[in-house]
Amino acid sequence: MKKLSLLSILMATLSLLFSQASVAACGEIVLGSAISLTGKYATNGVHAKNGYEYAVQKIKDAGGVKIGDKCYNFKVIYYDDESKGDRGATLAERLISQDNVQFMLGPYSSGMTKAIAPVTEKYQIPMVEAEGASRSLFNKGYRYLFAVLSTSELYLASAVSLAAEKAEESGKKASSVKVAIAVENDPFSLDIRAGVSEDAAKFGMEVIIDEKLPRDLSDMSAILTKVKLLKPDLLIVSGHSKGAATAVSQIEEQNIKVPMIALTHCEAADVTGNYGKAADDILCSTQWDETLAYKDPMFGSAAEYNVDFKKAFPEYADKTVPYQIAQASAAVYVYMDAFQRAGSIDKEKVRDAIAATDLMTFYGPIKFSEAGNNIAKPMVLRQIQNGEYRVVAPSKFASHKINWPRM
Amino acid sequence: MSKKKITLYASILAFSIIAPFAFPDFGTQLATLWLMIIVAITWDMTGGQMGYNSLGNIFFYGTGMYVAALITIGLTYDIGDYTSAAGGGIYEFTDLEYFGGMALGILGAGVFCSLSAIVIGSLTFGLRGPYFAIGTLGVAIAAGELVANWDWVGGGQGIALPVYPGDLDTGKTFFYFLFAAVGIASFLFARWLYGTRFGAAINAIRDDEEKADAMGIHTLRYKLYTWSMAAFFVGMAGGISAFQLIHFEPLESAYQTINLGIFMVVCVLLGGKGTLWGPVVGAILFHLFKEITWNYLLGWQWVALGALIVVTVVYFQDGVMGWLEHKRPEWFGRKVEKKVVSVSQ
Amino acid sequence: MDQVLGNIDLLFQFPIVNLKIILDGIMIGALFALAAYGLALVWGVMNVKNLAQGDFVIAGGYVSWWLVQHGFPPLLGVPVAFVVMWGIGWVVYKLVITRVIERDLFTSLLATFGLAIMMAQIMNLMFGSDTQSVDLGYPTLHFFDGFIDLPIAKLIGVGMAMSLAGGVIIFMKSSRMGQAIRATAQDARAARVLGIDTEKVYAFTFSLNSAICGAAGAIIVMVWVIQPFYGISYSIRAFVIVTAAGLGNLPGVIAAGLGIGALEQYGSHIFGIGYQQAVAVMLLLLVLLYRLIQQRRNRQVLK
Repeated sequence: MKKLSLLSILMATLSLLFSQASVAACGEIVLGSAISLTGKYATNGVHAKNGYEYAVQKIKDAGGVKIGDKCYNFKVIYYDDESKGDRGATLAERLISQDNVQFMLGPYSSGMTKAIAPVTEKYQIPMVEAEGASRSLFNKGYRYLFAVLSTSELYLASAVSLAAEKAEESGKKASSVKVAIAVENDPFSLDIRAGVSEDAAKFGMEVIIDEKLPRDLSDMSAILTKVKLLKPDLLIVSGHSKGAATAVSQIEEQNIKVPMIALTHCEAADVTGNYGKAADDILCSTQWDETLAYKDPMFGSAAEYNVDFKKAFPEYADKTVPYQIAQASAAVYVYMDAFQRAGSIDKEKVRDAIAATDLMTFYGPIKFSEAGNNIAKPMVLRQIQNGEYRVVAPSKFASHKINWPRM
Repeated sequence: MSKKKITLYASILAFSIIAPFAFPDFGTQLATLWLMIIVAITWDMTGGQMGYNSLGNIFFYGTGMYVAALITIGLTYDIGDYTSAAGGGIYEFTDLEYFGGMALGILGAGVFCSLSAIVIGSLTFGLRGPYFAIGTLGVAIAAGELVANWDWVGGGQGIALPVYPGDLDTGKTFFYFLFAAVGIASFLFARWLYGTRFGAAINAIRDDEEKADAMGIHTLRYKLYTWSMAAFFVGMAGGISAFQLIHFEPLESAYQTINLGIFMVVCVLLGGKGTLWGPVVGAILFHLFKEITWNYLLGWQWVALGALIVVTVVYFQDGVMGWLEHKRPEWFGRKVEKKVVSVSQ
Repeated sequence: MDQVLGNIDLLFQFPIVNLKIILDGIMIGALFALAAYGLALVWGVMNVKNLAQGDFVIAGGYVSWWLVQHGFPPLLGVPVAFVVMWGIGWVVYKLVITRVIERDLFTSLLATFGLAIMMAQIMNLMFGSDTQSVDLGYPTLHFFDGFIDLPIAKLIGVGMAMSLAGGVIIFMKSSRMGQAIRATAQDARAARVLGIDTEKVYAFTFSLNSAICGAAGAIIVMVWVIQPFYGISYSIRAFVIVTAAGLGNLPGVIAAGLGIGALEQYGSHIFGIGYQQAVAVMLLLLVLLYRLIQQRRNRQVLK
């Protein structure tokens, strides 16, 4: 963190020098975000914030947002919501009514987004969010909520079909697959569970364990005991970074053998860095991968984004850049595009411009449905193979073959 | 009623009506102030007047929220589909469905909570003193935990109600007046109640339950009725909150045991337990304290709050009204002989 | 519902699960029993119902965690937490508790509730809201085909809890102070008449309670995890145990502690771990209900 602030001071001084020398100073567009810097979502809250900051700086370096003949830079006001919904809502209200923020960036997690969206909706403030994936966000008819990411039922759908495929390959019926689900009791993970249950039902699979993780996500050994007894063929765990870390460490500790294990948020929890070998052959869903062939004029290709981001934030140098960062940057990019197309900083005009977004980005295509979710971008599934994340599904994007069974 | 009193009441009423227009920026805070007044007055009905200190009145607030929301949703859509984590269709409400649902929902919340007070009370009123406090606290915590695991009502993700259909400022004022109406109603009700035989009976229970029992007062019945009346108002307040907050979830906003659940007790202690005006004064003071610390001591606000509780309880237990009564007994219509040492209870 | 029946079925299908659940339950129950014993002490001696009990436990855990962060060996945490929490308990007694002893019981309940809120938040500000634990680095023993795993750290923790409880029992039985405490609990006025400085006894008892809790917390941080807001759940469990066992019944407190630990584990096995907290609170309500019925039979009320 210290390095970071030094760096940003340096950058700030540099840009100050430049702006005084060359460009007539740009105006400022203030964005607001209540984000989890402490509490159970803190890891990903920080990731998202870094993603926002990186994009803000990148856009500034490229000459800012051009509206008519004027230029603007983004500035983001952050408050720490402590991973608590009621606090998030209060802070959103504070951002809007006291700090006069006219445009919001999303918080981290579906639960927090769910708490804040009614507030932005009430004040009719557009919010482009990058970290709230639950489908239950997009059936309330919210007009001012836009999400750049794919919704959560898609996260692990390909894991279920992979399990079916593998069962058939080994001469068994897809319906013989037994599924175990352990999820956090929050909108995102409940939607993961709903998605997996729907997909499992399609194949006629039986869900033999269907449990919720304890609230602090720190211990799932009781569930793993049942896994040991009932021997499922597919184990699904979803509980953001904390849940992923607990799952990987306790699966190793209790020596759990399940042919296929699929998690969410592996990269964000840095399970390869923290648990090494224990994380091998685990499947992880991801919104984005640096090997995918997306590109845009601002950030370059996905691979270039990956390299440049690591340069700007050296603490990620020997980690996989979590997709939470990429999508946060994409959200800022959506704002830039919308402002330029709207040619105005009037919030209603900008809202309409966001709604009409049809944009190719390094993160993937972005096009919003009537309900506000991004319907243009697919999800991919990666497997950790020898400490590396390799795309294994869907087959269109797969770079490697899946290791199965996991033992 | 004396002329002085009428002027006092009239000016308070006038101020209440003008307030949201005079301070439009504080619309939400003012509405919350009425909420605090409601929960404080109703807490004092059992806590101050009857001597039964409940830590579980928040149960009625949370239950009120859920009942009101479920009635509103259930009248128009299927509740299971609406709250499903899987999402589904887009749910929109016409004005009639919204306001009609709200009216029925809030009323239903009050009625449901009153009935549930009778059921819970018939079990918990056998407990006395601290056991009653802990038992009711347990009921509230357990309810929150169970609702958080109940998928049909949304489980841990809570419920998101539709946004107020009109524009922003009318919405704020609308909820302010809803809260104010329930607040004034609960105050007038309490004022009337404490003057009746019923009021005398519950005071007798507070002072000595065994004697009251021996005198032929059916104590359990009185206790149940009192709690159920309190629960009616708290349930309605919860119902209004559900619409004002729009999105709520079980543990932090509905069954918020250590927030509002304890605030209401502190309000009453701060203002003065067992008096008519104490809860009102306490709620105003407490709300001011809370808003100030939440704005200027962000991060330390809970420490300040804990300290306020400890200091109030330990050093200032008679509250503002108790202190005033001690200092200025003539304001309370007490004749002061030359040397009366103490008139406080 | 199927889930619940399936889970019950597991208990019969694989009897070994019962052993695992009971073992886990006893281990956690031993620590509940420690916190409950402290509560029974202050409750019995000075009639203060301390709702900040769990927060003393968590604070002790953080003392130990802090030491380990600064390079001290983890086992040192237990005695240090005992001493530090003794001091904090004494300060709390002088500032708050001494003024609520003579008041009605709700006062002490509420005052300690305020204290609990304050302590939880101060710990949150000091240590952050993430869960923390201390890793002793000992291996885990596996039995029954790797089905039952018994981390050595847990065994050490339970051993320490037992020796601490034993120490306190011997102290109460044989030392002068222990006798004075018991005398005060029986009849404070008579004790005063006989020349016992009850104020001193109260201060000592409360500090001792706080120290026991602190040591329990230091053990908990080695075996499970702590978090600033976990206090309330330990307080609730302490109340359940003391209410179930009654005051001044030390073997009863320990038995109830172990029993409630095991019941809770059974509850979260059957209903799912998501119901852990709910099970703990439901146990409280059941115990209260049971006591109520018991009292009603004697035409008394639970005061």
